[in-house]
Amino acid sequence: MNWKSFGAMLARDAHVARRNAAQLFLQTFLQPLLFVFIFGRVMVGSGYMPAAYKSLLLPGIIAISMVFTGIWAVAMPLIAEFQWTREIEDRLLAPIGVAWIAIEKVIAGMLQALVAGLIVIPLAWLVLRPGVDISIHAPLTFFVIVVLVAAFSACGGLALGCSIDQQHIGLMFSMVITPMIFFGCTYYPWSALKTFPVLQKAVLINPLVYASEGMRASLVPQFQHLSLAVVLMALLFFDVLLLVVGLRQFEKKAVS
Amino acid sequence: MAIGVRTQDLRKVYSSAPPVGAGGGFIVRADSRGAKQTKTQIPALDGLSLDILPGEIFGLLGPNGAGKSTTIGVLTTRVRPTSGQAWIGEHDVWKEPTRIKHLIGVVPQLPNLDFSLTAREILIFHAAYFGIGSKQRNERADALLEKFKLTERANQMVRGFSGGMMQRLSIARAMMHDPQVLFLDEPSAGLDPQTRILLWEIIREYHQEGRTVLLTTHNMQEADALCQRLAIVDHGHVIAVDTPAHLKASIPGGFLLRLRFGNRTADLLQRLQSLAGVREVRSLESAGDGTGDGSGADVYADRGGSLIPEIASLAANSGVELSDVHISEPSLENLFLHHTGRSLRD
Repeated sequence: MNWKSFGAMLARDAHVARRNAAQLFLQTFLQPLLFVFIFGRVMVGSGYMPAAYKSLLLPGIIAISMVFTGIWAVAMPLIAEFQWTREIEDRLLAPIGVAWIAIEKVIAGMLQALVAGLIVIPLAWLVLRPGVDISIHAPLTFFVIVVLVAAFSACGGLALGCSIDQQHIGLMFSMVITPMIFFGCTYYPWSALKTFPVLQKAVLINPLVYASEGMRASLVPQFQHLSLAVVLMALLFFDVLLLVVGLRQFEKKAVS
Repeated sequence: MAIGVRTQDLRKVYSSAPPVGAGGGFIVRADSRGAKQTKTQIPALDGLSLDILPGEIFGLLGPNGAGKSTTIGVLTTRVRPTSGQAWIGEHDVWKEPTRIKHLIGVVPQLPNLDFSLTAREILIFHAAYFGIGSKQRNERADALLEKFKLTERANQMVRGFSGGMMQRLSIARAMMHDPQVLFLDEPSAGLDPQTRILLWEIIREYHQEGRTVLLTTHNMQEADALCQRLAIVDHGHVIAVDTPAHLKASIPGGFLLRLRFGNRTADLLQRLQSLAGVREVRSLESAGDGTGDGSGADVYADRGGSLIPEIASLAANSGVELSDVHISEPSLENLFLHHTGRSLRD
């Protein structure tokens, strides 16, 4: 393991993210904030939604912002760099094992997802207040969940970014990302699906469900949520699965 | 101390289309009789062995799809061979890939510059990946930018660079960590003559510092001007290896006269063979290049232009109309044609 190379690659990704900060900011936060405004302020303010919905919505918004920041930050550059700009080649020729280059991408994606989470909490809170009832009861649990969610998003980005052809990016959004969001229990709790028992079971293959429910369990435990043990185990399972798949796909792309 | 490069019996079969720039290969359908397998197998290397001496400028010459880029891919840890071995110095490429990456610099066929960075940042980050300290990498970047005439554009994003500028920056980047062996895949493709000459000078200069250079080209002028030894590669294996001068001397006579006839009598080729200075006559039943129904002959000879009057009168005596004559002097193009029956440009 060559820590100098690894550090230099992280520095490169941080440098590029800083350079594109404004664009990243809008890309990451505009949609969730508009969503928070419409559903949290307009719908609740006009009485179509109960006031408690504000507190229920916020954890889901944090989950969705983190997950899609991580996926986007890892998958989109990989698709571009492997398939048309080929710019990843200078890193593939750096004196470091190929798998470490993928792990560096995952770490960079996790950091971006964590930053997104840290920013969206106060932003959404500002848009929603007053009447948001969230608190971090168990900081350690919250921290573990946040790290597992960030890892899931970045590993998912790695697996997707190394598996999708550039001409299928549109398909990735309509076939993977969109169903994931709507069946991800982001805008509603998992318990709300109990009137659709088959669907309620089926959505459990969606890792975003555990991210949203985990956020809910640690920020708004007053609402019904999946048990913490299930959330932690499922997130860990998806982290490992997506990392293994992602690394395998990455090595296939890196060495023909 | 310079180090050499060696490959032994390299084979590479792609089971899907090879990646861009890793050579076309020649497409062969896998035998589908009996087996269910209908996958397209693309052999790119077919037992390629090379022995490049330390401190040599060595060229791989061959047409597109001959296996040149795949060879470079194998030697630079990017293409895993189906069988065979490759060494840089004493190190097996596929046993110690990380060690190998320290020793090599690679200039790819298509530019792969980091579009999110400026020209200077590309060099600086590249050096950082190789663990070079901050002071040293800044100095080296400035020196190389100057040498490649890129100082004025150093702080611009490379997105807007011309092809020639990108190529120069790619070479500067490959030299940033001062590799022992420099690989250049089609280094002058698409460059204007002025930039090409600058490039050749830089490669020669780098070589004089005791470095080994391996380049691929299908430009015989470049191979001739730059390489100390050449391997002619076709269909994934080496056809001939020698110095450009020796290779050219191996063509019978050296001169090639390509003749086209409107019609032909049987004894004409024999009579051509008997002319003084003619070493070999090869019949071309059909010209194969769309020049109509005429037949032709390739005449290898010790002399060029001075043979024409004799050929012309011979043809006239035989009642044959001579429709086209092309004389080429001893060249790698002729050599390639002689060994493979195909032109480099085919």
